[in-house]
Amino acid sequence: MSKILREFYDTGVEFARTFGAFQLFFMRLLRHSPRILVSRLDLVIKQVFNSGSLSLVIIMVSGLFVGGVLGLQGYSNLARFNAEDAVGVFAAFGLVKELGPVITALLFAGRAGTSLASEIGLMKATDQLSAMEMMAVNPVPRVLVPRFLGGVIAMPFLAAIFSMIGLLGTHLVAVELLSVDVGAFWQQMQITVDIDDINEGIFKSFVFGVAASLIAVWEGYNAIPTAEGVGRATTRTVVITAIAVLVFDFMITALMI
Amino acid sequence: MADLSENLIEIRGLKYSRGPRAIFDDLDLTIKRGEITAIMGPSGTGKTTLLRLITRQLIPELGTIRIDGVDISRLNMAELYQMRQRFGMLFQNGALLTDLSVFENVAFPLREHTKLTNRLIRHVVLTKLHAVGLRGAADMSPAELSGGMARRVALARAMVMDPDILIYDEPFVGLDPISMGVIVRLVRRMNDALGITSIIVSHDVEEISTVADRSFLLSHGKVAASGSPDELRDAPSELVRQFMHGMADGPVAFHFDAPGYEEQLLGRDSE
Repeated sequence: MSKILREFYDTGVEFARTFGAFQLFFMRLLRHSPRILVSRLDLVIKQVFNSGSLSLVIIMVSGLFVGGVLGLQGYSNLARFNAEDAVGVFAAFGLVKELGPVITALLFAGRAGTSLASEIGLMKATDQLSAMEMMAVNPVPRVLVPRFLGGVIAMPFLAAIFSMIGLLGTHLVAVELLSVDVGAFWQQMQITVDIDDINEGIFKSFVFGVAASLIAVWEGYNAIPTAEGVGRATTRTVVITAIAVLVFDFMITALMI
Repeated sequence: MADLSENLIEIRGLKYSRGPRAIFDDLDLTIKRGEITAIMGPSGTGKTTLLRLITRQLIPELGTIRIDGVDISRLNMAELYQMRQRFGMLFQNGALLTDLSVFENVAFPLREHTKLTNRLIRHVVLTKLHAVGLRGAADMSPAELSGGMARRVALARAMVMDPDILIYDEPFVGLDPISMGVIVRLVRRMNDALGITSIIVSHDVEEISTVADRSFLLSHGKVAASGSPDELRDAPSELVRQFMHGMADGPVAFHFDAPGYEEQLLGRDSE
């Protein structure tokens, strides 16, 4: 019994220690961020491009199909109440407030997040970060902060693109395929969807951007510097980001509803 | 006030452990200004760890490391980074930044620490690349270089800020004889032409003998022997002789600790 308690205690202490280190790491990134945004904007823009372009294709393709599915599901279910014209509103709410930010964050974690974690992990494993330290260059502002900010900035744009392409997918299915009236489709959406709904989506995608980028750079920076360690960090990036995004999504939705 | 005696780096009473295992225990070592000092020893004796302690990538448990009389464990981050600008370090695998070209790798310290114009940076970088014979590889990416070329580029990068102290971590490992000869010649030439102090960690006895002014042989957390390569070769200590002459068995046992051979083969322990 005492052995179980002991293990429970040790796990708790280890978790508290890791979580504390994680928070300090986040503070370090935030502390350097304003200076890097001003003085090394070129590095940040390069990383926005890297993260954004890495995820763009997968996000556009996924958005199109998710929108299409919403069109099919929305149409078949709303038709029971003779409300199939509202499929546009149904898809818009779903995409802008929920599916856009959440699926974008999950896809970002799978594509750009893993790439960030493995890149930083490999830089560590091949002594590139130590070499920077030895050249009197702090790798936190030089390597980690631009990658973190790149992800944070790219995410709302990616989520917006996902939602737009998604609505296009819904339009193709509902209007072109299932003959929903095009005027009703877009006009109902225009009347019903409020700026607050859009803001909720933007806020969520910003929070998910911070979470996904932070977890990716943390896992990469703390990877055990071996092939196995980098592989494990990459996997953990996806798993932890997925859980964090879904938990944050629930919390934000509960607060905003 | 900096102490400009002939001792550049003084290590006194150094203790450092990794887990329960003591890597260094009461280590004393002095590196003289302007010399090429070799740090040798069997694998696992902590040679690379010592370099990381000297450059304060690691912090000792006990003891002091003084560079020009300054205790480096007392430096704050800004002072430490200032001190590190006096160092150039060549990592075992080169540690070139893989997202930058050869030219940009060598230019990296200049771009981070100086406000030199692009024209001047280009001039300095090409000069350094020319010194290591790789001016023609300026536009290549690190992935396109052979191991020997990568190490020469890393050497050019280590020199670009004109350091006082150049540190080489296993510079001869995995090189073909030609590349090795090139690196040996460069080490000597850099040291003499630029008037710097060089520290080389290696267990390549033959190559070290041709280039080092003084060698330290580490064993069991302490300096087992020191002197010129010739003095070490003739040393009476069995450990030093085993290492310098590459004997398979001796004080450093060929066999790792194991139960009795016969007993294990006959499987008596499992009965």
